[in-house]
Amino acid sequence: MDEGDPLLRPVGLVGGERNDGAVVSVAPVEIERPESSEAPYAVAEPDVPWVTLVHNDPVNLMSYVTYVFQAYFGYSKDKAHRLMLDVHHKGRATVSSGSREEMERDVQAMHGYGLWATLSQDR
Amino acid sequence: MAGHFEPLPGGGAAVVLDEVEVSILRSLAVQLLELIGPGADQGPEEADPLARLFAEGPSEPPADPALARLFPDAYGAPGSEQDAQARAYAAEFRRYTENDLRARKRDDALAVVHALDSLTLDGGDDGGDSDAVLRLSADECRQWLGALNDLRLAIGTRLEIGDEDDSDELFRLPDEDPRKPMVMAYLWLGGLQETLVESLMA
Repeated sequence: MDEGDPLLRPVGLVGGERNDGAVVSVAPVEIERPESSEAPYAVAEPDVPWVTLVHNDPVNLMSYVTYVFQAYFGYSKDKAHRLMLDVHHKGRATVSSGSREEMERDVQAMHGYGLWATLSQDR
Repeated sequence: MAGHFEPLPGGGAAVVLDEVEVSILRSLAVQLLELIGPGADQGPEEADPLARLFAEGPSEPPADPALARLFPDAYGAPGSEQDAQARAYAAEFRRYTENDLRARKRDDALAVVHALDSLTLDGGDDGGDSDAVLRLSADECRQWLGALNDLRLAIGTRLEIGDEDDSDELFRLPDEDPRKPMVMAYLWLGGLQETLVESLMA
C-alpha cells in the first residue's frame, strides 16, 4: 500500500474462476495470475475483445482526465488529449481493449482516479 | 500564488494556504472520510486483519448518490437499464473491488488531513492572516489529486451538477442562495486541482 504510486498498484482481486458459479477466488492483491487462468468464460465469445469505456461527466476537469490517461495508460500527451476530447464531445471514449480481466483492472483503476468507467464486450 | 499550486524542483508541488483555507480544507477532507466510512455492508468491524483482508464487499451500489458516483457500477451503460447479466457482473465486481477502493479513497483523504495538521501557521506580524506554505512530495501530490477529485465529485453530486448548463447556472447564484458557500468551495477546489495537475505535468 505504501510503495510507489498507489494508483498503479497491481490489482489481482478479480479472480479468474468466479464465473463458474461455485468457485470463488479471493486471491490476495499481490498474486499475479498465470496466463492459463485467463481462459475464456463460457458466457463470452473468446474472440471478441472487451473494452474499457470512460464516460463524460460535468465534474472531472479536462486537464485531470488527460493526466489520468497519461499517468495510468502511459499514453502520449497527444493521444491522451484526443481521448479526453472524445469523452467530452462524444460522451464517451474507448480507452483500452483486451481480456475481461485486463479491462476489469483498468476500470477499477479508473474508478480509483474518480473517472466514470465501465467495461463491455466490443461486439 | 495563494490558492494555486506551483511545481517544486524534484517533482512535488507547493501552495500557500491561509488559516481559513487550511480549516475549510481539513473540514472537507474529514467530511469525505465520514462519507466514505468503513463501508455500510461490511458488517461489524472485523478484529482479525486477515479476515478483513478476505472480507467481501457489497453487491449493491450505495444508496447515497454521492457515494454511488464515487463507487460506480463497472458494467452497463450509464443512463440506461442494466440487463440481468450486466447487473450480475457489476455486483460481482463490486464485491471484489469496492473495499479496496474505499480503503484507497480513505488513505488519500487521510493524507490531506495529515499534511494539513503538520503545517505551522506563520502568525503574521503585520496583523494580517497567518499563512503556511504546504509542500507536497510527488507521491503526496497524487494522493491530494485523488482526494480533491473525490471531494469535487461528492460536492458536485450534492449540488446536482448534471451537465455544463447546470454548472453555469450555479456559478451565477445570488449571494443569499444557501448553495453559495458550497459552490464557492467547489470552484476553489477546482482551482487547486487544476493547478496541481499542471504542476505534475510541468
